[in-house]
Amino acid sequence: MTNAMVEARGVRKNFGATEILKGIDLRVEQGSVTCLIGPSGSGKTTFLRCINHLEKVDAGRLYVDEHMVGYTERNGRLHEMKERQTARSRLNAGMVFQRFNLFPHMTVLENVIEAPVHVLGRPRKEVVAEAQVLLDRVGLGNRGGSYPQELSGGQQQRIAIARALAMKPKLMLFDEPTSALDPELVGEVLDVMKSLAQAGMTMVVVTHELGFARQVADQVVFMDGGVVVECGPSEEVLDNPQHERTKAFLSKVL
Amino acid sequence: MQKQYSIPHVQERAATAEDSIPVVPLKHPVRLALAVILIAAAASAAWDVAVNERYRWDVVVSYVFAPQILAGMGLTIVLTVVSMTVGIALGTVLAIMRLSANPILSTISRSYIWFFRGTPLLVQLIFWYNIAALYPVVALGLPFGGPSLVLGSANVLITPLGAALLGLSLNEAAYMAEIIRGGIGSVDKGQYDAARALGMSGGKLMNRVILPQAMRVVLPPTGNQVISMLKGTSLVSVLAISDLLYSAQIIYSNNYQTIPLLIVASLWYLLMTTVLSFFQNKLERRYGRGFDSAPRLRRPAKTQGRRPAKTRSA
Repeated sequence: MTNAMVEARGVRKNFGATEILKGIDLRVEQGSVTCLIGPSGSGKTTFLRCINHLEKVDAGRLYVDEHMVGYTERNGRLHEMKERQTARSRLNAGMVFQRFNLFPHMTVLENVIEAPVHVLGRPRKEVVAEAQVLLDRVGLGNRGGSYPQELSGGQQQRIAIARALAMKPKLMLFDEPTSALDPELVGEVLDVMKSLAQAGMTMVVVTHELGFARQVADQVVFMDGGVVVECGPSEEVLDNPQHERTKAFLSKVL
Repeated sequence: MQKQYSIPHVQERAATAEDSIPVVPLKHPVRLALAVILIAAAASAAWDVAVNERYRWDVVVSYVFAPQILAGMGLTIVLTVVSMTVGIALGTVLAIMRLSANPILSTISRSYIWFFRGTPLLVQLIFWYNIAALYPVVALGLPFGGPSLVLGSANVLITPLGAALLGLSLNEAAYMAEIIRGGIGSVDKGQYDAARALGMSGGKLMNRVILPQAMRVVLPPTGNQVISMLKGTSLVSVLAISDLLYSAQIIYSNNYQTIPLLIVASLWYLLMTTVLSFFQNKLERRYGRGFDSAPRLRRPAKTQGRRPAKTRSA
């Protein structure tokens, strides 16, 4: 067995008195696609944000590429990372958000080259050439000079994917990438994600698109109430769920 | 990725007689009558002002380019530029302090804003002018009476101009802090997530992502502040600083041509605020790029046939 890209052991997270994650155990193998499904408020998005340390893990351990997220272990104690260190550790993972979160004051091309140039300090010329390849790959090679506002939601989300890929991440996190899109535009984003999966990218996807999960996911995780209810190969979880809660959820969604 | 489909029904539809029926625009007779009355009233008022000899337009003309007036205007510009620059810089620091998670920093910022917004600017100016009465000697040293390095007498160090700059800048910082805080608060929280996910933190996140977007919201009220500051500098005439207004006052206290000289000063104030408004407009367009109000999006689409629906004017 290869090393896990993401490994969660008993991950817990509270917001005030409410416990959102109640001990999540999960392995995401390198090069695999994991889909997190479940009702709203089940903690899927929070867990995804923990992987990138956009939320602090309160208990348990979470490893990305064998490095603990947000903490360093010294002399048997966990030390919280400094902001800069955390920022650096985030570079392993690219993230795509439900509401795109493109930088509205920059053109499409500027969005894509922003982090490679200003975070990694790479030469602009080289990055621009790579960005052009990425934009072509998501089918928007001719929109580099546009502002995000001028594009459709589907186009914006494809740009957001290109922007994340420009950092050459080992892992891509998708937080309901198609939930804010018009139904007509969902397909173009899923197509880009499928081609990314085929190219061997490790992906963790929070989604309500069960068709996508069935087609692309190696592993489907059903979460509810802050715990993993059921987890396994997509055909097992989606077509032959063992748990009553999973059955109830799937019968309503399908 | 996107296929272009033709929609046969729309393309093949032949022009019918209904398409060419002329449209008679709605008429507004009352509006027209009102406009005529107002134009007549304005013209008559302008005529009265022009022919009323007591305005002494000849005196106005002879003093418009008087050296004292121009020097006064120069000082007004210096006061405005320096006070606004310091005010914006200190205001940004105060805004970030106010938003800080550290309760001490945010309390200090809040108290500062409370104090400087809560007392009259005129009082603050006179206070700084008389600071030597409270602290005759300015010194740099350790707190609670520790050893110190004497820098000199407050009367010498804090000139009237220094007092004016201190008063105007510190007061402005309080207002700018609130404006900038509002601007930072207006930026979508998702922008922080996106920037952090790309490895940004601290100053880079602020300078590259948050502040440029806050600018869009910060600029219009800041333009207001600059214009208000330009005119507000006239308050320093109480400190006997020869700004534009005080220069005019000195002249009319000698020749008793009060109204003509106030007109001279006002004309220059108007000219300067007009220039400022022009630059404000340009800046707003620059920082509006990529948002709904961006100029490139404002251009109404060319429509054919009937009069186009009213679009927001460019």
